[in-house]
Amino acid sequence: MDLSDHLFRHEYGRMVATMTRLLGVRNLILAEDVVQDAFCRALEVWKFRGVPENPSAWLMATAKNRALDLLRRDRTADRYEPELSRILQSEWTLAPAVDELLIENAVKDDELRMMFSCCHPRLPVQAQIALILSILCGFSVIEIANAFVSSHAAIEKRITRAKKVLAGSKRLFEITDKEVIARISSVHQALYLLFNEGYHGGSPGVAVRSELCHEAMRLAALLLDRPASATPATYALSALMCFGAARLPTRLGGMGELLSMFEQDRSLWDQQLIDEGLKLLEFSATGSELTEFHIEAAIASVHALARRVEETDWRQIVSLYNQLSAMRPTPVIALNRAIAIGQYQGPERGLQEIRAIPGAKRLAKYPFYFAALGEFELRRGMRDVARHHFQAALVLARNEMEQRFLEGRSRVCEVRVACRD
Amino acid sequence: MSEFTFLFRGRLISGSLEERQKHLEKWKLWMNQLRANGHINEHPGHPLEGSGKVISGKNKLVTDGPYAEAKDIVGGFMLIEAEDLEEAVELAKNCPIAEVDGSVEVRPVQVLRP
Repeated sequence: MDLSDHLFRHEYGRMVATMTRLLGVRNLILAEDVVQDAFCRALEVWKFRGVPENPSAWLMATAKNRALDLLRRDRTADRYEPELSRILQSEWTLAPAVDELLIENAVKDDELRMMFSCCHPRLPVQAQIALILSILCGFSVIEIANAFVSSHAAIEKRITRAKKVLAGSKRLFEITDKEVIARISSVHQALYLLFNEGYHGGSPGVAVRSELCHEAMRLAALLLDRPASATPATYALSALMCFGAARLPTRLGGMGELLSMFEQDRSLWDQQLIDEGLKLLEFSATGSELTEFHIEAAIASVHALARRVEETDWRQIVSLYNQLSAMRPTPVIALNRAIAIGQYQGPERGLQEIRAIPGAKRLAKYPFYFAALGEFELRRGMRDVARHHFQAALVLARNEMEQRFLEGRSRVCEVRVACRD
Repeated sequence: MSEFTFLFRGRLISGSLEERQKHLEKWKLWMNQLRANGHINEHPGHPLEGSGKVISGKNKLVTDGPYAEAKDIVGGFMLIEAEDLEEAVELAKNCPIAEVDGSVEVRPVQVLRP
């Protein structure tokens, strides 16, 4: 039997969610220990005996047995989840009751409940994401620290604190319609940021970044799997992720430098993911809800549908940015809108629009503000001015990929022979 | 062909789930190689629980144990067929247990006829 990629990590999330349901959320750490135990056992037994026919079931059963031992040993009253105290009364009901919790659908619900629980309102969103990665994606502290380009100690502290908050809640989140509506936007936000961390984030490892994107997509698919959480916004968010993931392999060049939309090899965009995104975008159009994810996904779809950059429908993109600005008036969105205008109305017009951005001061630390100025100056032939802008952007670069990209752009300004318009 | 036992000491105790899965894949590869080359004739091997009981002496004193340091506890054993001790040692050298600083003890099984 072969193991699928990341099987251990993905099973970890399912198992911790279910064991937490079994042992009660206040015993979160114990639930994690039980699951870790199961993996230690799997490693020892499987390396000699081979991987069993159904590794997931083997792991879950091993964790279950360990948890049953714990429950039998300490059955007194309210140490465990209140909803379980009744069925834990007798040995006769214990095992079947536990088996009931392990049927596939119940496990999926547990994963979902855990996802919502991780987005606890008392936690800052960065802590929510770290918690999701730790509990539901089975990432180690080191792996999370790598993903966030943060120190081991800082992440460990963040996770420990977050787990304490989670364990302090009375019970896991309930998936009733009312509860879901109240919290689903925090869940969307966390998954959105998790995806973006992979897409734009500073980790130099391409593998690390695409894993983050895929984890975000896997969790979003869980949301889509349940009627209560398959809202239009969930569809829009999933569509947005599909379009992003389709372009992911082309975002970095051979030297590990960021490639802009203008330079990416569009023939390498994943057509299957684009089609999936278009389908999801269609599903997102039911009901009256129009979220930022809808607009962002629509913008991404316009890019995805243009075979060559020259074929991009910039008017459509500008009009979508207008809508987005109305919902979330931020300088970065205004900048993207200005860039889009410059694409079909010429560099002068683009520069004008950039200078007219309200609150442009807030972009003073944003490398792509200066990069955009540089790009338009370069296009209208002002090479020296352009180079200065790229140099200014370079100082602000947040990671190596950005740095290499901006160095490249700055170098283009020095070359006398124009190699691009 | 002669028979040998491999006694394994040491195991991966820390490491991320990803690292553990990768480590497991290496064991699988090693085992498959042994099997493909006809070195395993029956059971692939026997993992052992970390602790049990030790019965010792004329008084058959039963104690919990073995209480050795983790790295000294035998974590599993297997029977191997090889041409001679030299070949058995070569086979053991490829065991992924080396990655976790563990050891393989290779012991020829004594035969009835000298």
